Amino acid sequence: MLIGNYKETYASDEALFRTPATRAWMGAAAVAAILFPFVAGDYVLYLANLMAVLALSAVGLNILVGFTGQISLGHAAFMGVGAYATAILASRFGLPFWISIPAGGALATGAGMIVGAPSLRIKGLYLAIATLSAQVIFEWVFTNWTSVTGGIRGLNVAPASIAGFRLDTDERIYFLVLGVTVVHFLLASNLRRSRWGRAFVAVRDRDVAAEIVGVNLFRTKILAFMVSSYYAGIAGGLWVYFTKVVTPETFPLSLSIQFLAIVIVGGLGSIKGTVYGTVFMTLVPEVLKAGTGLARVVWPAAQSYLFPLRDVVFGLLIVVFLIFEPHGLAEVWNRVKRFFSLWPFEK
Amino acid sequence: MSEGLVHLLQLLVSGVVTGGIYALVAMGFVVVYKATRVINFATGEFMMLGAFFAWTAMGAVQAPFVVALLAAVAASALLGMATERLVLRPLLGQRTISVIMVTIGLAAIFKGLAQIAWSGDYRSYPSIFPRAPIELGPILLPSRQFYPFLIAVAAIALVGLGFRFTRTGVAMRATADDQMAAFGMGIDIRRIFSLSWSLAAMTAAVAGIVVGIIGGISPQLGAIGLRTFPVVILGGLDSIGGALVGGVIIGVLENLAGGYVDPLLDGASLKEVVPFVVLVLTLMVRPYGLFGTREVERL
Repeated sequence: MLIGNYKETYASDEALFRTPATRAWMGAAAVAAILFPFVAGDYVLYLANLMAVLALSAVGLNILVGFTGQISLGHAAFMGVGAYATAILASRFGLPFWISIPAGGALATGAGMIVGAPSLRIKGLYLAIATLSAQVIFEWVFTNWTSVTGGIRGLNVAPASIAGFRLDTDERIYFLVLGVTVVHFLLASNLRRSRWGRAFVAVRDRDVAAEIVGVNLFRTKILAFMVSSYYAGIAGGLWVYFTKVVTPETFPLSLSIQFLAIVIVGGLGSIKGTVYGTVFMTLVPEVLKAGTGLARVVWPAAQSYLFPLRDVVFGLLIVVFLIFEPHGLAEVWNRVKRFFSLWPFEK
Repeated sequence: MSEGLVHLLQLLVSGVVTGGIYALVAMGFVVVYKATRVINFATGEFMMLGAFFAWTAMGAVQAPFVVALLAAVAASALLGMATERLVLRPLLGQRTISVIMVTIGLAAIFKGLAQIAWSGDYRSYPSIFPRAPIELGPILLPSRQFYPFLIAVAAIALVGLGFRFTRTGVAMRATADDQMAAFGMGIDIRRIFSLSWSLAAMTAAVAGIVVGIIGGISPQLGAIGLRTFPVVILGGLDSIGGALVGGVIIGVLENLAGGYVDPLLDGASLKEVVPFVVLVLTLMVRPYGLFGTREVERL
């Protein structure tokens, strides 16, 4: 509960982290994140990298779905565009990562602009289906434009390197992935408070009213698509340097759905919710894996149920969150915080 | 008849067969959309479950095909009703994204459960129909495509006639037309929602069995649900006749692309992507489809 938190300067009013407590926690988190790779095991580090890339892409989708209220079932395809562009620039033209990743992001932005263009005429269900077909068509292009994308075999990419220092282990790439993700999260938090961010929210809440108060609907929607696919593209580029290979199967429809699930479970329109959602949706399968691993001791067949069980739990999480907790983990977290700050005077 | 012409006819006929099946699947989408304005992304999974229900009935109790079909349809009807009551109704009036995602979540649940119950293996029905291929002039049609096609056509006709002539069908159409007015005339809207979902699940079950006879049954059978979106959009989301026409158009186009273009592309299959290209074009030119209700909204 914020009590007695008077703001006496414009700077303190505009600050992203408003209270000393938030700043302290953020500082602690930053220190922990920097020390993390030196203590974590290989697999945990791999998961951390994976989560950072997924979170970066998911926050882009949250800008589109949570802020602007547009629907995209093709987010993974934009990630694929970024990944392929990065991989091609890096492997064919030998460009360093600090050119190829932004270039991948730029190309994905362009793809987002084209796919987003129909959003002026169609919305809701129709937009969902339009983006779904974009996903299918992009996937088809990745698979079949063999001369450029390498077809099913995909493309291999050399590790990123900067000034002769090769980012070839999970530990080394961690700092690149984390750094880029953190910067983009800060950008997203600020975007929300900007003129454009407010325009996004206005379009989401009531498009007609937004238009009347002077928000240009078309430009705003297109911009939301562009920003969202830029995030996906950058995440795709990082993915390439993280896994060193890119194939058409990397960016299927199910990944698009997973991003939507992350955004919904985390909290639509909540930046920090995206982090919770990503961590949660990545760790749940791991917990299941550990659980079936344990169950195997008493029941050898347990392992074969892991994958179907993952599907069931994934679906259940989406359904249960939508029905019972539509604001996602971000809201759960707020409730927990409120409970502790009010205790024992709640109610 | 020249060889080229026979080839063309063959492609057209198998296109119509594919189209008939697409039309039946599309009907499942249309019935739900008409009543509740929801697109059911789990339609494919309802099909898959229906196919497995029938397979179990035939395998476990040795039921004859017709009995198994009816049992599967009945079980699916209950499943559809339960789904509407437990999952969709709490989300009435929520944002589109929530409704879409909840059906996607359902799809994942059904797929996982099917894999647990029936494993991921491919199954097939015991042979039901005479094996001799059907001769239509110079064209041969495999019997395992011809008879399922007949079932699909019969199911489409049944649903179409039911919509047109039965009391419930009229109530459903009235609800689709104007919910408030229908409610005012004493139609129980909640019952209509529930019936629509069970009707959609029933058509999906028949479609699933038809697809299962042609291509075998597995938890992946539901993938065809996704491939039906172009049909539904082209025909118009709320038009049953549109589903029929859209199904045949997409089915024929797909087969023509597969027959004439794919051999020229080395390895690539245009057949897979053509429906979605049509879908994008439809959305750009005529989003409400060939026969859908034109919703005018000015911005």
